[in-house]
Amino acid sequence: MSALPWLSLIIFTPWVGALLLALSSRASAAACRAVALGFSLSTLLIGAVAWTHFDSAAGGYQLVERYPWISGLNVHYHLGLDGMSLLLVLLTGLVAPAALLASWRVERDARLFNLLFLLLQGAALGVFLALDFFHWFVFWELSLVPAFFLIRLWGGPGAAPAAYQFVIYTIAGSAFMLAAFAAIYAATGTLEFPQLADLAAKGSLAVKLGPAWATAVFLGVFLGLAVKVPLFPFHTWLPAAYAEAPTGASMFLTGVMSKMGVYGFLRILWPLFPAQLHAASGVLLWLALGGVVLGAFAALKQTDLKRMIAYSSINHVSYCLLALFAVAGATTSAPAAAASAFSGALLQMFNHGLSASALFFCVGVLEARSGGRRGLDDFGGARTAAPVFAGLCGIAMFSSLGLPGLNGFVGEFLIFRGVFGLAPWAAAVACLGLLATALFLLTFWQRVFHGPVASGARNFADLAPLEIATLLPGVVLMFLLGVMPQLLVGLINPLVTAWAAHLP
Amino acid sequence: MSLLPLAIYVSFAGALLALAAGAHSAAAARWTALLGALAGWGLTLAAAGGFVPAAGLQTLTDVAWIPQLGIRYHLAADGISLTLVVLTGLAAVAGILFSWNIGERAGEFFALYLALIGGVYGVFLSADAFVLFVFYEIAIVPKYFLIANWGSTNREYGAMKLVLYSFGGSALVLAGLLWAYAAGGGQSFALDDLAATAAHFPRGQQVGMFALVFLGFAVLAGLFPFHTWAPTGHVAAPTAASMLLAGVVMKLGAYGCLRVAMPLFPIGLAYWQPVIAWLAIAGILYAGFVALVQEDFKFVIAYSSVSHMGFVLLGLAAANATAAAGAVLQMFSHGVIAGLLFAVVGRMVYERTHTRQLADLQVQPLFRLLPFAAVTFVLAGLASMGMPGFSGFPAELTILIGTWRVSPVWAIAAAGGVLVAAAFTLRVIQLSFFGTNPAGAAAAPEHPLPPLTLAEKSGAVLLLAATIIVGLRPDLLLDWITPALQSPLMQAVWKGGTP
Amino acid sequence: MNPDYALLAQALLPEIALVVGALLVLGLDLAIFRRQEPAARYRLVMNFGAMAVTVALIFACSTGFSGPVFGDVLFFDTLALITRQGVLMLTLFTFGIACDARRLRHPAEYVAVILFAATGLILMAAAQQLLLAFLALELASISLYVLAGFDKSRPESAEAALKYFLIGGMAAAFLLFGFSLLYGLTGSLILPQIGMMLMPQGPSPLLLIALVMVLVAFGFKTAAAPFHLWAPDAYQGAPTPSAALIASASKLAGLVFFYRLLWPGLGMSAGDAARLPFTIGWVPVVALLSGASLLLGNIAALAQTNIRRLLAYSAIAHAGAMLLGVIAAGASGPAPLFYYAFTYAIAAIGAFGVIALVENAGRCENLADLAGLHRRSPLLAGCLLVFILSLAGIPPLAGFFGKFVIFAAALKLNGLGGPAGWLAVAAILLSAVALYYYLLILKQALVVRTDGPIRRITVPPAATATLLTAAGLLVLFGLFPSVLLGLFQ
Repeated sequence: MSALPWLSLIIFTPWVGALLLALSSRASAAACRAVALGFSLSTLLIGAVAWTHFDSAAGGYQLVERYPWISGLNVHYHLGLDGMSLLLVLLTGLVAPAALLASWRVERDARLFNLLFLLLQGAALGVFLALDFFHWFVFWELSLVPAFFLIRLWGGPGAAPAAYQFVIYTIAGSAFMLAAFAAIYAATGTLEFPQLADLAAKGSLAVKLGPAWATAVFLGVFLGLAVKVPLFPFHTWLPAAYAEAPTGASMFLTGVMSKMGVYGFLRILWPLFPAQLHAASGVLLWLALGGVVLGAFAALKQTDLKRMIAYSSINHVSYCLLALFAVAGATTSAPAAAASAFSGALLQMFNHGLSASALFFCVGVLEARSGGRRGLDDFGGARTAAPVFAGLCGIAMFSSLGLPGLNGFVGEFLIFRGVFGLAPWAAAVACLGLLATALFLLTFWQRVFHGPVASGARNFADLAPLEIATLLPGVVLMFLLGVMPQLLVGLINPLVTAWAAHLP
Repeated sequence: MSLLPLAIYVSFAGALLALAAGAHSAAAARWTALLGALAGWGLTLAAAGGFVPAAGLQTLTDVAWIPQLGIRYHLAADGISLTLVVLTGLAAVAGILFSWNIGERAGEFFALYLALIGGVYGVFLSADAFVLFVFYEIAIVPKYFLIANWGSTNREYGAMKLVLYSFGGSALVLAGLLWAYAAGGGQSFALDDLAATAAHFPRGQQVGMFALVFLGFAVLAGLFPFHTWAPTGHVAAPTAASMLLAGVVMKLGAYGCLRVAMPLFPIGLAYWQPVIAWLAIAGILYAGFVALVQEDFKFVIAYSSVSHMGFVLLGLAAANATAAAGAVLQMFSHGVIAGLLFAVVGRMVYERTHTRQLADLQVQPLFRLLPFAAVTFVLAGLASMGMPGFSGFPAELTILIGTWRVSPVWAIAAAGGVLVAAAFTLRVIQLSFFGTNPAGAAAAPEHPLPPLTLAEKSGAVLLLAATIIVGLRPDLLLDWITPALQSPLMQAVWKGGTP
Repeated sequence: MNPDYALLAQALLPEIALVVGALLVLGLDLAIFRRQEPAARYRLVMNFGAMAVTVALIFACSTGFSGPVFGDVLFFDTLALITRQGVLMLTLFTFGIACDARRLRHPAEYVAVILFAATGLILMAAAQQLLLAFLALELASISLYVLAGFDKSRPESAEAALKYFLIGGMAAAFLLFGFSLLYGLTGSLILPQIGMMLMPQGPSPLLLIALVMVLVAFGFKTAAAPFHLWAPDAYQGAPTPSAALIASASKLAGLVFFYRLLWPGLGMSAGDAARLPFTIGWVPVVALLSGASLLLGNIAALAQTNIRRLLAYSAIAHAGAMLLGVIAAGASGPAPLFYYAFTYAIAAIGAFGVIALVENAGRCENLADLAGLHRRSPLLAGCLLVFILSLAGIPPLAGFFGKFVIFAAALKLNGLGGPAGWLAVAAILLSAVALYYYLLILKQALVVRTDGPIRRITVPPAATATLLTAAGLLVLFGLFPSVLLGLFQ
């Protein structure tokens, strides 16, 4: 199909950029930013090229690269692209440059900042494309390192404990996942996801592990992923980390990194352990609902805007898991509902990536204007001072809220439709979350943009061209995808149909 | 291959030459030592180039030594030895690069250093238990003088404790070996002969002999609760000695367990297996938690060594080829990583700031003052955490895989160790280099620290390259190690001594 | 019995050389040397003594004679011949390190007594008849008492001599009593005949008393616990060369003699300590002595601050190991025992030599007096390193292999099935304890930094040669133990 190893290019181009930055110790901050932005944009470009090579009608992995790597462990360098990966690659390609643009004002150690950012981007892409646990885990863990330093070195006053907590929580999960995969390898002798999925489909994975240990291994993998997403009640690291991170990092964390966990659920946990997931789905549904409802209500109680958006992230990402758990727990075969739930989950990942990162950027803008304040009551009447900003921010907010006509609606609607078909009571409970979401976003809107002009909003300049450039592409896409969701649905439809058709 | 024994002799000769050169000037001693170490390492690499992996030891030298007792000067190598001698050469060269600032009694320093290296090479290449033991003990005494003379905090105490533990351990080994030798009729000390005769011993005897020999070696490998020499010793030692101690000398113990105790007394291993495994796990976790609360930078690293060696011992205790391969890989990996960490702490930081208290380091913007050291330490720290992409990861993964096959509970407990390692490593990275206020640190430091020298940088690059290369291509080493673990002697171990 | 005097003279040429040398040195001193300056006189006398020993050594090496002499009074087997060479070599070393002209005001007498002592020692090693053995032992012992008290300027020296003399004399009395009982039991004084006569008799109360008497004497002579009390004081008080001789040559010859007495002579009533319960005999007693010495020597040495006392306790510990070698010698021959005793003797004499030289340049009483030795004299520090590490049993030095071969022999008796095996294991483990106090010495010599100006130590050429030879021998025997062990095949 194509001579070039597109997938490797996608992953490693940002790293090449990072290497360049590492070597050019005398480059000016501006040059570093430009280089980083260029390399960051490469994801979108190469992703687009890969899209052209991608046959969206065919199932399975495409553009596969597979070479023997570590003979002793039967490890292969194995990359592959399917609709879900492509979706997330494109999302990364959108969010990452935006986040870099949002960080344009970072003056301190600009080179290091951009370098770490490119590292982070490459690692995230690797997670979405790797099909062998070995290097998947390499990317998975490596993504923590730049994230840690981005939060630690450029974050707010409470950054040190926040970054530490973030990494320790995630590594705690990873440690269990590592043990689980050690067990899987000990039982099967392979670490490649497709092979393992085949084994699981034939039912021999659980047999090889032994029934009791299969559950333990499932729990190990589950913990690793659940912390990363995060699933309620493993979310406690998230608000602090998101709130303390610099704006650009928050955007990437919520836009891309939170998707890594959901991706892991769909790519690894569900194919490998369908039976265990089914057995656990009753509990898990409640956990996902906990995320949906409590996340929204917690956001409602926040006075710190960044923490508010952080909690809303928990809420939004939980929808994706709600869909997955509903499908996994279904006792009756309902392919249509399942397909709907899956499509919704995938779209929700993409949509939330766009809207949440946009919202974090907006809070960042507020912060920059007010000298670091971001309390709910610090602003007021900003709309009159900055109408463009208010407009764009409002669109992001309403997308997040799920207003029909914007992209957020499509994903949530599909999820609700699917879940309603599989577990109606869950859908009913989740509605509470919808309600609360609407409530806190509207509160945000009202307190910040309306009412009397508060001290923080005085001398409020409207968006600079650079900021508009950051925000606008996302907002345009929100509209576009709200009106024409088939742009993405076409990409994932075959995949979703296949999944729904092969429900265990 | 046949070049390998030369590495031993070159090291001892280098020791004598360095001693002589030291009478002239410190620089002469340094260069002599560097050349000696490079020659040794070069020989190991040349041997590695011509190495054909095979099951069983490949004889290098075999001459009668003490015919009255059936002792032969028998040197041989397999993939395990080769991995470890390459590590030794690497650590030796790096250690000398990080000791470039030794001025006082430099000749003696480098002579002792190379004598230690020579002993270590000897242990890794011996195929006769007596020869192995002789080299093992030769490696003990230089440690005392290296630490007591050129060390820092509490050096005399640390040195004495370390040497007495080592020597106590080796006394146990000697007792066990002599017992086996005498019980076998006193015909030969060759490892395979001993194993052949030991196979006919009653079970109780094997169990006892294994306990003596294994425990003796395991003391040096830092088996909990006999690890207490390691932190004090490592902290007291001068940088190069810490690097060698943690990097190579602790491996002597583990190697002895793998090469001597296990093949000779497989039934003993089967008997003691749970005890060893739980002690190893206790070591991993205990040392990890202790490292989490240390206030001295170097103590953190020292305890992390104990924790990592726990993985090695667990891999050995699992008694299967996969876990053992992981254990050998972990020996290599930890050798490199520990070397790096100690180099940063002892040489790059301590020699410049003259403090190792995290509380003192915390207020200095070290990340800005010593960016190279910071980057090195972060990378080494990540490697030490078992971050994928570095050598620690495939090693720990392989150990966990092998351990799971024996007991999932052990594997899960050990996985907890990965988490603890991450916790204390991150903590120390934060406190040491990225102090309290990174934003305010942009201001120029009050007292600029001397910049890092070329020797330090090249040493760090050497070790970093090793850990990353092995991290990405562990099969480079696994291809040597795996066949070696399939030799008939080892097969018997994996089968628990049942033929 | 048909005494063949010609053969006797031929076989005893080294002894003759020593005695003649001793008489000559006394005469020459009276006639010529005493008119010289004290330093020159001292040097001349010492050289003469060394020459006499050299001549004896040459004789000892050149006569390959072996077999019984003068009836069965003396028997020259490999062990006797090698021991003779060894003792002579150690005596030569003693001359090499005797360099303190200030303390020995009568050097000719000193040299003569050393030569007499050496004569006694080498006769002891070859004696096969109890009477001659006793005479040789007493010749050596009395000479050593004198040597211990030779430094008349120090009361400690007199105290050392007195203690050594009183306890040694008592031991001699015990020994003589034991011998007379043996003679009474068997009607013979020749060791192999005693053995043959005892074979049919079985253990009798009288024999037991005889054994106890002999073993008590044995314990005194080898300074085994609990009969060790004289040793620390004697080592501390005696002039250094005397202490060196007591620690080295006397120990070697004594052990060889007792080995002969106990195995070829009393081997039939050895009893068994290799398995429980003990069978009655001397082996269990020796095993007890050995265990007590190992324990007491090593533990007590930990607390010493005086170098010589430390070396004395280390000597007691080593005696314990050698007794183990005596037990094992029944099965594996005297080679391990000889190897151990000889290499120990070289290391001990070397260590005392270093002490003597340091003392020569100032003070060398406490460990702290060695501080900074590596700057005062790298040669002495380096040699001390070799000697002490050999005593500690660190490869590749001879001390290590000595331990190794003895413990191997002891374990071969019955593995860990009996006390001998356990004793060996205990000895191995205690050697780890021993390393502590040996390292304390080395720490002072090689690690501790001293303030103030360095007072360099000049080492006379003879001492240099002696120390280097001794150190070289330790390395040589350590690397190639077969050189010594091979002699016994």
